[in-house]
Amino acid sequence: MSLNLKVNGAVHTLSEIDPQTPLLWVLRDTLGLVGTKYGCGISQCGACTVLLDGKTTKSCMFPVASVGDSEVTTIEGLAGPKGELNALQKAWVELDVAQCGYCQSGQIMAAESLLRTNPNPKDEEIDTAMASNICRCGTYLRIRQAVKTAAKQSLSDDMGGE
Amino acid sequence: MTSLSYAGINELAEAVNGQRLHNSALDEFRVVKLDRRQFLKLTGVVGGGLMLASVAPRAHAQENAAFQPNRYLKIDSEGIQIFAKNPEIGQGVKTSLPMIVAEELDASWSDVQVIQAPIDSDAYGFQFAGGSMSIPMNYMTLRNAGATARSMLIQAAANKWNVDKTALSTRDSHVVDSTSGRKLSYVELASEAASLPIPSAGDVVLKDPKQFRLLGTRLTGVDNEALVKGEPLFGIDQSLPGLKYAVYQKCPAIGGTVSSANLDEVKKMSGVVDAFVLDGNGSAMELLPGVAIVANSTWEAMQAKRALRVEWDESNASKDNWEQASREANRLRLESGQQQVVNQGDIDAALESGAGSASGFYKYHFVSHAPLEPQNCTASFKDGALELWAPTQTPPQAVGSAAKIAGVAPNKVTLNQMRCGGGFGRRLYNDFVCEAAAIAKHVGVPIKLQWTREDDIAYDLFRAGGFHQMDGSVDADGKITGWRDHFITFSADGNRPVSGGSLGPGIFPHGLVSNMRVEQTSLKWTNRCAAWRAPGSNVFAFVVQSFLHELADAANRDHLDVLLEVLGDPRQLGGRQGMHTGRASGVVKLAAEKAGWGRELPEGRGLGVAFYFSHAGYVAQVAEVSVGEPEGATSENRSGESVQRRKLHVHKITAATDVGPIINLSGAENQVQGSVIDGLSTMMDLSVTFENGRVQETNFDRYRMLRMPSTPEVGVHFIETGGFPPTGLGEPAFPPVAPAVCNAIFAASGHRVRTLPISEEGFYLA
Repeated sequence: MSLNLKVNGAVHTLSEIDPQTPLLWVLRDTLGLVGTKYGCGISQCGACTVLLDGKTTKSCMFPVASVGDSEVTTIEGLAGPKGELNALQKAWVELDVAQCGYCQSGQIMAAESLLRTNPNPKDEEIDTAMASNICRCGTYLRIRQAVKTAAKQSLSDDMGGE
Repeated sequence: MTSLSYAGINELAEAVNGQRLHNSALDEFRVVKLDRRQFLKLTGVVGGGLMLASVAPRAHAQENAAFQPNRYLKIDSEGIQIFAKNPEIGQGVKTSLPMIVAEELDASWSDVQVIQAPIDSDAYGFQFAGGSMSIPMNYMTLRNAGATARSMLIQAAANKWNVDKTALSTRDSHVVDSTSGRKLSYVELASEAASLPIPSAGDVVLKDPKQFRLLGTRLTGVDNEALVKGEPLFGIDQSLPGLKYAVYQKCPAIGGTVSSANLDEVKKMSGVVDAFVLDGNGSAMELLPGVAIVANSTWEAMQAKRALRVEWDESNASKDNWEQASREANRLRLESGQQQVVNQGDIDAALESGAGSASGFYKYHFVSHAPLEPQNCTASFKDGALELWAPTQTPPQAVGSAAKIAGVAPNKVTLNQMRCGGGFGRRLYNDFVCEAAAIAKHVGVPIKLQWTREDDIAYDLFRAGGFHQMDGSVDADGKITGWRDHFITFSADGNRPVSGGSLGPGIFPHGLVSNMRVEQTSLKWTNRCAAWRAPGSNVFAFVVQSFLHELADAANRDHLDVLLEVLGDPRQLGGRQGMHTGRASGVVKLAAEKAGWGRELPEGRGLGVAFYFSHAGYVAQVAEVSVGEPEGATSENRSGESVQRRKLHVHKITAATDVGPIINLSGAENQVQGSVIDGLSTMMDLSVTFENGRVQETNFDRYRMLRMPSTPEVGVHFIETGGFPPTGLGEPAFPPVAPAVCNAIFAASGHRVRTLPISEEGFYLA
């Protein structure tokens, strides 16, 4: 079958795709968007986290046909038109969060979804929102700090930079 | 059918983790100081060890504009490039190694572009990630590389200005003439510098470490921006024109071979290009027998693998069974051991005459590395040459093995080093590279081999489980007088223990107590076991640092006092590679002070301390925990025992570390925090068990890692003891975690934990 997929603001027409193919493999193998990672294939680790209309979705078990008209956002879709990093990406770079870095696109997507609905989360709210994502290297403390830093930065930007 | 060969597993692990290499690294530190003309080079694994050899510096001065006095840097009109020689697996060496070059070069870090070096043993010597060895093995070489370039750039400026070079200095990628104030950038000087002869050692002056501007500061990882944008850095991200996607099914019990498979049916499935049997090459480290499936997409390959039905011949396959091994160990623990490792003083008399004593049977389960990026390798075989894109920790070994598998000379193999989505020791072994090479050669088109998560855990080379019967004594003054450890481990041949499962004479507290005996006995085991982050130390620390607390308690003394007493006066144990007790005491005291050792705590709350020396690093940790009451309701653990659930809250772990001078403070702090969290995750609930040779826990639903809500606060403190060279930090902060937490549990509740993971005793994290 053939279907249209909206990813990061662009529409892709997929021809001859098995509708049951998980979104993860369509992103990676068909569209070449490899920032979204394969970790477990059973929605346990969160490495494959993307946003569907802003909500976190584990793409490794989500059939591409179920995306429908929803807008998919991947890690490649966060930076601005000239490649400028968003507040979360900046915080991740500046706080030097990553060790191996493999889980981090999924972590950032989970954090992005949180901040879109809760711009000023408490520690416990961050913990709950991030509990679906495993970091094998154990960078949780820096991830938590980066989410807080980005939240603060975004709030400050919204108030005119103060 | 002959059984599998395990040759090389122990050797590789020992080479990259063991004493020999630390020895070599320290030799390098010493030799390079004595004679800087010598460039030291490590050749490959020969006869189980790494050999040191000296090679002359390469003459290079070219007439073109690029200035490249050695393989670690290049300056031309494009700017300053520094080459990172070793695999990046999350330990931060792609940033920290180039920092060392940039420091001596006196380059401004923002001018530096870091490039992953090609895999080329002739140029770089041994390139690998393991044993926390990247920093100690390369520190002096990289300092010399940067300093040599800097001295040539100064000479180039002196020539251009026609002044004496002694009037010139460097700063932020420029040579400066302080008398006139004029300056020239390194880029402007590159062409002139390229025409100069490489100076002799006596003309190259290293910086006084007090002048360091970069080393010891916080720098962020060089790949950070690419990572947060999702750029294709990892092995799994690689693509090629015409790429096909491969999966490989091996026997679920190691050692099984393919009798038959429904290949015709599989070949008819959507997207499947080919399906075929590979026989394997007899080596457990390289190519196991199995069925390869090649398809047009990863998903189609995985679907076909699900539909694959294989009849396995298991006559030589693993029958490993964890419960049976546990029962056997329990039976053997009170008998004499097969091998004696330490026998000092009169242990039998000491144990009989002790004023106090302690005994305990310690046990730890097998665990998997489970790096988050499952094993994968992209391979292309064309015109008798093999090209690989591999996330490996040992690229030269991968080249050697893949060449053998593909039937070509090693110089016909090119390996592109990929960033690794975690290593932890798993990617020291290149079975996934061998499989990719075999499949690519068979199908004649480029393929990306992708292991599933289930493959990754089931076909891991595990950290072996083990058992220790501990007995000890104290005298009337509360001093430790006797220490006995009967270690029951595993062995592929029934005799030589598996890699990471062997006690050596360096085991704590050898050299610190007067009567000590350590023996070991091996149980036969077929599944592959190998190096896992801080091999050996990652479990031995739990046993010996917990048991030390048991003896302190038997003497009715404060654990910290006993630990410091055992360490004794500052001195070097067992030669240069042994522990320095002064550095050990230093970190113990600092951790205790920072954690507020001895303060009053509410009921149910306690502090525990543990120290360990591993991979040349000294780390002490104090854990602060609260322990809930047993909850009454029982549940069955993995050993079929009934245990009461009990809530554990780990509030904070305070770590004090001495690894000599810190290279990158941000990276070092991250390694300590990560090691502590990995340590807590592993001790809480990680276990793989085996039935009929098959791994029972093959994904994260049953192999449950720690997540953010359970993460404690981690305090990180460093000591720099004067005069010691910098050593690595990928491993040393892992071993003390489990004993520190278990000792804190005892302090809080009186419950002595003797099993890892501690979920086996009912504990779960709040």
